[in-house]
Amino acid sequence: MASIVIPRPATYSRPAILDWLTTVDHKKLGILYLYTTMFFFAVGGILALLVRTQLAVADNHFVSNHTYNQIFTMHASAMLFLFIIPVWAGFGNYIVPLQIGANDMAFPRINALSFWLVPPAGIIMFSGFLVDGGSAAAGWTAYSPLARTLGTGMDLWIIAVLILGISSTIGAANFLVTLFRLRAPGMTMFRMPIFCWTMLVTSFLQLLATPVLAAGLVMLFIDRNFGGSFFDPNGGGNVILWQNVFWFYSHPAVYIMILPGMGIVSEIVPVFSRKPLFGYKAFVFATMGIGGLGFSVWAHHMFTTGAVLKPFFGFMTALIGIPTGVKIFNWLGTLWRGSISFSTPMLFALGFISMFLIGGINGTYSAAVPVDFAIHDTYFVVAHIHYVLFGGSVFAVFGGLYYWFPKMFGRKLNEGLGKIHFTLMILGFNLAFFPMHLLGLDGMPRRIATYSSANDWDFLNSLSTAGAFLIAVSMLPFIANCIITFMKPSGQPNDPWEANTLEWWATSPPPVHNFDDLPEVHSERPLFDLRHGANAGH
Amino acid sequence: MTMLGFILFIASEVMFFGGLFAAYFIARADSPSWPPTGLLSPEQVARGVELKLEIALPAIATVILVSSSFVIQWAVSQVKGGNRTGLIWGLFVTIILGLVFLTIQMYDYSQLPFGTRDTVYGTTFFTLTGFHGAHVAGGTIFMIVCLVRSMNGQFSPQHHEAVEACSMYWHFVDIVWIALFTTLYVVG
Repeated sequence: MASIVIPRPATYSRPAILDWLTTVDHKKLGILYLYTTMFFFAVGGILALLVRTQLAVADNHFVSNHTYNQIFTMHASAMLFLFIIPVWAGFGNYIVPLQIGANDMAFPRINALSFWLVPPAGIIMFSGFLVDGGSAAAGWTAYSPLARTLGTGMDLWIIAVLILGISSTIGAANFLVTLFRLRAPGMTMFRMPIFCWTMLVTSFLQLLATPVLAAGLVMLFIDRNFGGSFFDPNGGGNVILWQNVFWFYSHPAVYIMILPGMGIVSEIVPVFSRKPLFGYKAFVFATMGIGGLGFSVWAHHMFTTGAVLKPFFGFMTALIGIPTGVKIFNWLGTLWRGSISFSTPMLFALGFISMFLIGGINGTYSAAVPVDFAIHDTYFVVAHIHYVLFGGSVFAVFGGLYYWFPKMFGRKLNEGLGKIHFTLMILGFNLAFFPMHLLGLDGMPRRIATYSSANDWDFLNSLSTAGAFLIAVSMLPFIANCIITFMKPSGQPNDPWEANTLEWWATSPPPVHNFDDLPEVHSERPLFDLRHGANAGH
Repeated sequence: MTMLGFILFIASEVMFFGGLFAAYFIARADSPSWPPTGLLSPEQVARGVELKLEIALPAIATVILVSSSFVIQWAVSQVKGGNRTGLIWGLFVTIILGLVFLTIQMYDYSQLPFGTRDTVYGTTFFTLTGFHGAHVAGGTIFMIVCLVRSMNGQFSPQHHEAVEACSMYWHFVDIVWIALFTTLYVVG
């Protein structure tokens, strides 16, 4: 076995707390990202429970209407801007340099800056609860004219999202340069692990879409604070302009939120099926296809405004179903006649595939304009987004945590507790979000603070609330699992799962410099090649 | 590696200005006439608000900014050839030209008969030119950093990524201005 020796940088020690606060090591920053984003996941989750408590029964007065608006706005803002988007930066930070055999990101200090922008932005966004008029309350979509007239909390929200946008944009540039310039010798673009490919496409979307949102936020800020007329028809402005600018970012952002999850699932499924990923190149091109088409579908969120070219955006949206379907076949083809083991990471990956499939299907036929007119702004859309972003992204987050936990901390999470976690979560998830399809078809509008008992929506809503609390309960075995595992001694082997990619070549956890040497890279699965010979499975 | 990162950063800046330009063109397309004088309230008219721009001074500013792009490119060629004095003078002259541009812009702002509150015409004008001005100021600070570093002898014919990135940024700011000048003043 030939190997390439890598020179070792000098190391020196300093107090642990100072080390964590000043670190530019991609692994430590990745872990900081994960802790921070899981914290905001918990905060967003608590807000979701408040929403569900309010909606559990008809004519409820658990919270006031204005408080309700703040709660659902901050729930979505925390989950999207402070959890899902930065959590991928966390996984990407830890995993991408290891998977491509690099010793760090391209710009370690910019990487630290990207991370350290996130906690202050979270604090600024949530400080809205302390000011007069409360936090932002115009939904995470912040449509005008409502967003132009709310109190100071809205300005804090704008500033926070702008800061998160900067973090996300410079982080994306960092990932792109890392992936283009720091790959191990022999690792061509088409030998990159699939998670790296999804991070690459995601980074392109972030780099090009996020600044457009920044432009929109700046306009909203000027309208609110400097008497601007961007979104004010009285001054010649246009309220639909905000929707166009916002969705020009936020539709690609949906792919920013799901593509790395697809990457994680595509790492897990082959390992636990004992087979290479079926159709690696097809998967890569499908990812690029989703990324490219992602820029041409934003106005499907705006069909009912009547101000967009409906046939074009309906058609392009339906087209996205094709590369997405290709990926479903990639995963099914990998599972087909594989030697499947149902370890916890695999359970979450299979949960992702099945739940995301439901979210994808109900999304695709919402692309049909007449269907969209019927279900626009109903709970059907809420069900769709949660099947994609919870059934998809969140399942992938937990799959990734169980999968890479041994690498990050040198300890394996307990399988029994993991399976309890998965079972409770998938039951709670379907109980919480499946009834929303029916409520939506029955005409229940989203974002209403309460509803009349005359509508007969009580039963389905209380099911949904029970499901939400079951999801919360499912987090208890996970937290217990983490605590128990951290009390055990570390000492996992380099490659406890018999996996395929280079991060499993390093020790668990890897040293600061990651690798003492690297195996030769002949394919996208160098460790598989080492076990089975370079020509196996080709 | 640094240059690739910087090109990507500029790509994100292009998208940012793209968003602002889009807002301007949509406002313009929505309006029955441009400038949208009909939207002015009687109070605004009584205050002496007029939606019009003078082209003369901004035209001079345009010439200054465009020539500064050539000067900084000359400075890059000097550092590549190992001429440190040329680099220092090139950066110094570009900084002065940048500051002159900003001064002209501030004077021009003070003379305009409308503000951000005066219809979408005023809002888009000050947002677009204001963000461009902020980028000119940012670029000038970048050049001052490069100037100090070049006086300390930190650049060589082999290592001068910062100067090259700086000049690339300056060209970008220049191109945005040409687009702005054409849209706001020439087409009007």
